[in-house]
Amino acid sequence: MSLSSVRTSPRDTQPATRPLLHVDGLSMRIHDRQILRDVSLTIAPGEIVALTGESGSGKSMTAFAAMGLLPFAAETTGALRFDGTDLLSLSEERLCALRGRDIGMVFQEPMTALNPVQRIGDQVAETILIHKAAPRAEARRRAAEALVRVGLPPDRVPPTRYPHELSGGQRQRVVIAMAIALRPRLLIADEPTTALDVTTQAQILELLRGFVRDEGMGLMMITHDLAVVSEMADRIAVMKDGEIVEQGETATLLRTMRHPYTRQLFEASRHRADLPPARAEAPLLSVDGVTRRYPGPRRLFRPREDHVAVNGVSLEIRRGERVGLVGESGCGKSTLSRAILGLEPVQGGSISLDGRAVFSHGRPDPEVRRRVQVVFQDPYGSFNPRHRVGRLVSEPFHLLPDPPKGAARDAAIAEALTAVGLRPEHAESYIHAFSGGQRQRIAIARALIIRPELVIFDEAVSALDVRVRAQILDLIAGLSRSHGLTYLFISHDLSVVRGITDRVLVMRAGEIVEQGLTDAVFDNPQHWYTKSLIAAAPSLPQPSGGGDTDAGHPVP
Amino acid sequence: MTRNLVLGGALTALFLAAALLSYVWTPYDTEAMQIANRLQTPSAAHWFGTDHFGRDILSMIMVGARTSIAVALVAVGIGMGAGVPLGLAAAARHGGWLDEAIMRMNDLVFAFPSLVIAILITAILGPGATNAIIAIGIFNIPVFARLSRGAALSLWKREFILAARVAGKTAPRISAEHILPNIANLLIVQGTIQFSLGILAEAGLSYVGLGAQPPIPSWGRMLADAQTMVALAPHVAIMPGLAIVLMVLGLNLLGDGLRDRLDPRLRVVRA
Amino acid sequence: MLAYALKRLVILALSLALASLVIFLVVEVAPGDPASYMLGINARPDTVAALRAELGLDLPRAERYLAWVGGMVQGDFGTSYTYRAPVSQMVAERIRVSLPLALYALTLSVVIAFPAGIFAAARRGRAGDAGVIAATQLGIAIPNFWFAMLLVLLFAIKLRWFSAGGFPGWDDPLMGLKALTLPAVALALPQAAILTRVMRSSLLDILHEDFIRTARAKGLTRRQALWRHGVRNAMIPVLTIIGLQFSFLLAGAIIIEQVFFLPGLGRLIFQAITQRDLIVVESVVMLLVFAVISVNFLTDLAYAAVDPRLRTSR
Repeated sequence: MSLSSVRTSPRDTQPATRPLLHVDGLSMRIHDRQILRDVSLTIAPGEIVALTGESGSGKSMTAFAAMGLLPFAAETTGALRFDGTDLLSLSEERLCALRGRDIGMVFQEPMTALNPVQRIGDQVAETILIHKAAPRAEARRRAAEALVRVGLPPDRVPPTRYPHELSGGQRQRVVIAMAIALRPRLLIADEPTTALDVTTQAQILELLRGFVRDEGMGLMMITHDLAVVSEMADRIAVMKDGEIVEQGETATLLRTMRHPYTRQLFEASRHRADLPPARAEAPLLSVDGVTRRYPGPRRLFRPREDHVAVNGVSLEIRRGERVGLVGESGCGKSTLSRAILGLEPVQGGSISLDGRAVFSHGRPDPEVRRRVQVVFQDPYGSFNPRHRVGRLVSEPFHLLPDPPKGAARDAAIAEALTAVGLRPEHAESYIHAFSGGQRQRIAIARALIIRPELVIFDEAVSALDVRVRAQILDLIAGLSRSHGLTYLFISHDLSVVRGITDRVLVMRAGEIVEQGLTDAVFDNPQHWYTKSLIAAAPSLPQPSGGGDTDAGHPVP
Repeated sequence: MTRNLVLGGALTALFLAAALLSYVWTPYDTEAMQIANRLQTPSAAHWFGTDHFGRDILSMIMVGARTSIAVALVAVGIGMGAGVPLGLAAAARHGGWLDEAIMRMNDLVFAFPSLVIAILITAILGPGATNAIIAIGIFNIPVFARLSRGAALSLWKREFILAARVAGKTAPRISAEHILPNIANLLIVQGTIQFSLGILAEAGLSYVGLGAQPPIPSWGRMLADAQTMVALAPHVAIMPGLAIVLMVLGLNLLGDGLRDRLDPRLRVVRA
Repeated sequence: MLAYALKRLVILALSLALASLVIFLVVEVAPGDPASYMLGINARPDTVAALRAELGLDLPRAERYLAWVGGMVQGDFGTSYTYRAPVSQMVAERIRVSLPLALYALTLSVVIAFPAGIFAAARRGRAGDAGVIAATQLGIAIPNFWFAMLLVLLFAIKLRWFSAGGFPGWDDPLMGLKALTLPAVALALPQAAILTRVMRSSLLDILHEDFIRTARAKGLTRRQALWRHGVRNAMIPVLTIIGLQFSFLLAGAIIIEQVFFLPGLGRLIFQAITQRDLIVVESVVMLLVFAVISVNFLTDLAYAAVDPRLRTSR
């Protein structure tokens, strides 16, 4: 189900005369840092206003300001009027009375947003009880009702459950139930679907949209995802460095994009790297019926149930191919990549590179290992903070029987750093001196330094802001041209995979359910799961300029 | 807060200096008894007064600091030396039999409070400073094993460790090269705290007669000797006690200060 | 929940078995033959041999171990070499002092630490917090037996509110409790200082959790969020420390008993050591270890009561 097909249009109805929320010239500083600069926007009842921008742009801080949940050290000027009352001058007591009753909030991380030791029904009922809106029994009943409204009927998810017994999507529904239990007039959602899978995201967005449509709530939606923004919002405000650089009605803004930053953001989101033509030569990697089981918890009186992360997966990658592997979290794609890297033993099947098994006698074969390298997701966690870049980049030399030393080693490091767009002198710095995008470049340099035959990109651009992500994708495409890379690109993000691969595999619950040439699979999916993935993914509007985004994309 | 660091460092340095100085000089000879001078209150001649044998309490405290520091320091060394490798090995083989065995051994040692270990050892080998060291040291092993295992486990999940594994490095090598340097701060801070606990434990053991034996002076035994005279001459009991409190306080402040300086998020255990 | 409790129970039994083996072996390697020690240096070899047979010391090790453990399971801890009295009876008398003392101290420690920890956490960074932190710094640094001496000096010698030592027995429970008050306070205060710090820091950790922010978004005040969502979650690390503290208090009681001349397990064990009455040492140590391991078991059960994740996920 495409989101755009069920789009409601409250923007056809005129906003009420007085806006629900009126942010008027809001500025904020914490110690010496200016966090927000003269932010002004309004939200009317029944209106969805999206705040978007890259990380650190101040969009979340604006939301917290509207909830009166700012850090102690924050100094604010300007006004933040909710229904005519300035929230900034309100006493903490009055703010508490307002929060949860008139303004509800939904957070980014459903896994940690709930109290782990309290039943979900009680947590929802607390919203009602704290505002003395109903006696205890009545509050319970209304909490159960709120859970039904967010799609958690008692026969499937009883209110007596604890958070850890729920999936991420279900937990987010509980958070939403707490926020809407008293039917607030304004709902603030801070990246409500960023931590969720694409199919769950579609459901949660539809749920939020329903409250706006049916109950006339105003919704402030904070998200970095421009596709979500353009599908959901009535109006968009684009933030950069604490300022709103452009805002307007969605259709108008998407058409005009007066501010260059807005244009950059959308272009970067749509960006397709210029991939050299596909080659597919002799088979390189061959995965044959691989199964990886994790032993389940030992149980008394019952046989332990194993968790099968990867179930009889077979695939082949030919030399020069660029293969994508997509699937939602927990589908086994990372486990599979770790098995290929020789980091995880497998219980069945075989993995071989160029005919040579990754595992020989239960141990990973170093000969094979040196031919496969990896780039991980987290640019902040994938380097030892105590080592200099030179040492970090040259770590894979450990795999060589006769690693280069002295000047040869320095030259290799310099070459790898140059290849990824950095300078040789960066080898002397520590990792904390680099931005997220630069760190991903260093990670790529580390993967390339021993000239592997296969590189695995494991969610390698997922943690990056769109503009940086576009640059890294360009870098991968460039390296593909200059180094003739063969790679396996693992991602949950369909649009990224589409732009950077020739062939794609779709994984679900430990199995590969569909594979084929990337464009063929995306344009004409066969398996129901692939279809639902593609349907659930929000899409960016086509640029009005009539430019063809596929222009640079080779047809295999 | 640098205040903790400065104050704690100064107190610790003061006691270390006093202990070292006592090897070459003390105000009075601690073995010479002058019954005529017994139980004198603090004065210009005897800053901390004298005990029931007429010995100078300041001199006794200086020499006693040697015993306390030596026992506690060696015990921390035993705890770190055995505990950290065990903890790192357990983390490297997380979920395996080695991990299980090490953790069960830890639980077992934790089931014997250090005093009970000391009692057992004394029952067999007789009392003495060495046995106090062994007793306190054994008890320190699971503390460091648990701490380093916990810290190492969270590091093993980090991607930079995965990257090292992709580079073909073995678990012992990764433990030495990547894990140990990244838990060093934690170990230093915990070591300071265990040091202070060692001072307290040594005082307790020698108080009940399980620690250093006469004629080696120790703070705990000074207190035991003072107990019968506490009504008559409170200073004999108060001075050595203050020495223990200040030394332990200094080490704790130093530990807190180091933690704040090195990494405020460090989690130490205090038990 | 049942499976969890059963699993913990199995671990409890295994730990006890292992501990008894360690204690037995350690005492076995101890030099000195109890029989010759009891009879003195001038005893004739055949008298010693007869006594050895009477005490069962001539049996093979494995047999003696099993007999010891088997006896303990039935409440028979053997016969004291020196007093020729059943150890169980001696221990039973002494434990009536030591156990109440440890529990009294634990109660005091918890009663002081909880409010102090919550108070400090709620006032983080303000004067009240700084005061609590300074007090706990001092409390941690004070050796309990020295603190006990100061208490005696002030409350027994100067003010004469309490007696300086001795124990009148439980005939009058109030008098018994009064005699244990100074020792319990001496034991409890340093432990309370530790517990206060743990309570405070664990609450502060929880206050940074996302679910506290969620609670605030519902309209809870800072204080309500702390009480309704913070305290119970903060209990998990606090319980660990309380469990550990019990073993320290039991052991600490041994020392404090020396200060106040209390006829507890501590006095018994020191007498036994000087007289090489190894069977008494063995049994008392085993009893202490049993107490510690049982408390660990109870702590594990308490975790499950506090944290629903433990009830289902294992």
